[in-house]
Amino acid sequence: MNQPQVSMSTAREDLRTEPKIIRVVIIAIAVTFLTVFVVLPLVVVFTQAFSKGIGAFFAALSEPEALSAIKLTLMVAAISVGLNLAFGVIAAWAIAKFDFRGKTFLISLIDLPFSVSPVISGLVFVLLFGAQGFLGPWLQANDVHILFAVPGIALATIFVTFPFVARALIPLMQEQGTQEEEAAISLGASGLQTFFRVTLPNIKWGVLYGVLLCNARAMGEFGAVSVVSGHIRGETNTMPLLVEILYNEYQFVAAFAIASLLAMLALITLVAKTILERHLDEGQLPGD
Amino acid sequence: MIEVKNIVKKFGTFAALDNVDLRVANGELVALLGPSGSGKTTLLRIIAGLDWPDAGEVSFDGENALAHGASERHVGFVFQHYALFRHMTVFENVAFGLRVQPRAVRKDEAAIRTRVKELLDLVQLDWLSGRYPSQLSGGQRQRIALARALAIEPRILLLDEPFGALDAKVRKELRQWLRSLHQEINVTSIFVTHDQEEALEVANRVVVMDKGRIEQIGTPGDVYDNPATAFVHSFIGESIVLPVEVRDGNVELGGKPLNISADGVTSGASRLFVRRHDMAIGVPGSGAFEGAVRHVRTFGPIQRAEVALSAGEGTTVIEIDAPRDRELQSGDIVSLHPRRYRIFAGQD
Repeated sequence: MNQPQVSMSTAREDLRTEPKIIRVVIIAIAVTFLTVFVVLPLVVVFTQAFSKGIGAFFAALSEPEALSAIKLTLMVAAISVGLNLAFGVIAAWAIAKFDFRGKTFLISLIDLPFSVSPVISGLVFVLLFGAQGFLGPWLQANDVHILFAVPGIALATIFVTFPFVARALIPLMQEQGTQEEEAAISLGASGLQTFFRVTLPNIKWGVLYGVLLCNARAMGEFGAVSVVSGHIRGETNTMPLLVEILYNEYQFVAAFAIASLLAMLALITLVAKTILERHLDEGQLPGD
Repeated sequence: MIEVKNIVKKFGTFAALDNVDLRVANGELVALLGPSGSGKTTLLRIIAGLDWPDAGEVSFDGENALAHGASERHVGFVFQHYALFRHMTVFENVAFGLRVQPRAVRKDEAAIRTRVKELLDLVQLDWLSGRYPSQLSGGQRQRIALARALAIEPRILLLDEPFGALDAKVRKELRQWLRSLHQEINVTSIFVTHDQEEALEVANRVVVMDKGRIEQIGTPGDVYDNPATAFVHSFIGESIVLPVEVRDGNVELGGKPLNISADGVTSGASRLFVRRHDMAIGVPGSGAFEGAVRHVRTFGPIQRAEVALSAGEGTTVIEIDAPRDRELQSGDIVSLHPRRYRIFAGQD
């Protein structure tokens, strides 16, 4: 109390910083943890992939099975991102801009895939479309193939990834409110004009953010897809499924080559995510 | 002419508007004045088509407005928080209403540019046309919002708390500016405010609302000098309010007759309303009340005195305004007589 004013402020600064030894220990723990659980595994993936040289790496990737898995993964991701983009924007628009009965129920329903184990998500489709399933006999009679075929894989992936876009947009759209839309409508804009000229430009970074996360999950999904895929080689194996198969067959270079592609996807996603988050934090300053 | 008839609007069990009637003639500038929750913004939004009434009629020049959605009503709406399109420049904001018109009636690019330039000149912000809303001050945003609303040549201009989010100095400037702008363009306008000074200063006519009902419609002078209800008297201007008892045409305070007329109010518990400056000070024994001056403060042209009225068993302290030349000191025993007053039945 009887200390002069000047040393009061330095004392306050001292309060904010921990002693040096504690700072060092805390940082060391964080760095060690990250190294062991994130950096090392990533390094292992890439060293294993290139352990027999670059030639073996590209040879493994140009195997017909690998090419088919890459193609299937890209196709399934494109389908599920496309559909979930449409669904997510519509759901977020409905939830953020309108009041209706059952809104809370819809929000928790959107979150469902996050709280259900992916394997269960896959099993649901087996129960629905399988030979002994609810719709199975009808599908068989009409020669429609869903399980152990591309439609089943796409369905399982869509189910697992459908919260991403909606979840990214709902808080953003709720925060932005409905005033700009109301202004647009009172100025004579139609519903579509309002959406494309006012709503969409305001949420574009949020949309990209949701698409990015949705895509990463769609390409990387294992559990749900594994249940419905049937693991037909060269036909219904996605990249994550192929990694497991190759690994179990001791084809380490091939397994890690595919795995390294998925790891690259993760790294790119991470960088893009950081950039997008910066845009979102800036409150979407225009003109940049 | 805007005509609103028997409008009812409920949110759940809460009646936001309870049988509201209003007529606004062409070229008028009308203020909807009331405390928050009085339904004034809801009424404005219903006129604009941004909300729908549960019952009632809205018509513009005899034509049923409820048959059209907001986008077809040609109503300019200025929002309290501006609602400018954040990703568009000032120019594009103002041009929006012109660009979304159906192709058949849409102006060409050159005509749109000329019109936007005119509007920006009108609100004196031409130099800001390349900026984004986030780069403007509150007052500038509000004027751009107004220019944007005027771009569609609205038949009515509606303003929701147009100056509510601005600081006091800017508010005053914009008030005068809005009034002169209205004189210049003469579009029928309704604005919502909870600020009585704003309503009395800007509007030709004031509509005082409370709890979803219209309490009084009149010129600013009318609602101030001849309040129709106890609510209007206490909401507009400052009043001295005393709980009184009316008994057979006589008015009593704390059991003591006041020697003023009951003004036709029926017997029962009532309230007496007097403006502070309407209390005449006289020598003891000459007025309706007796009291002791407790405290005198002098500022500007008036002095404000706290007077403790001795009324029956208790004392009530009131504040009155007296001219500077009337000498008052704390401790003086004075008599007070209301030059003008109103008595309203009921005590709440």
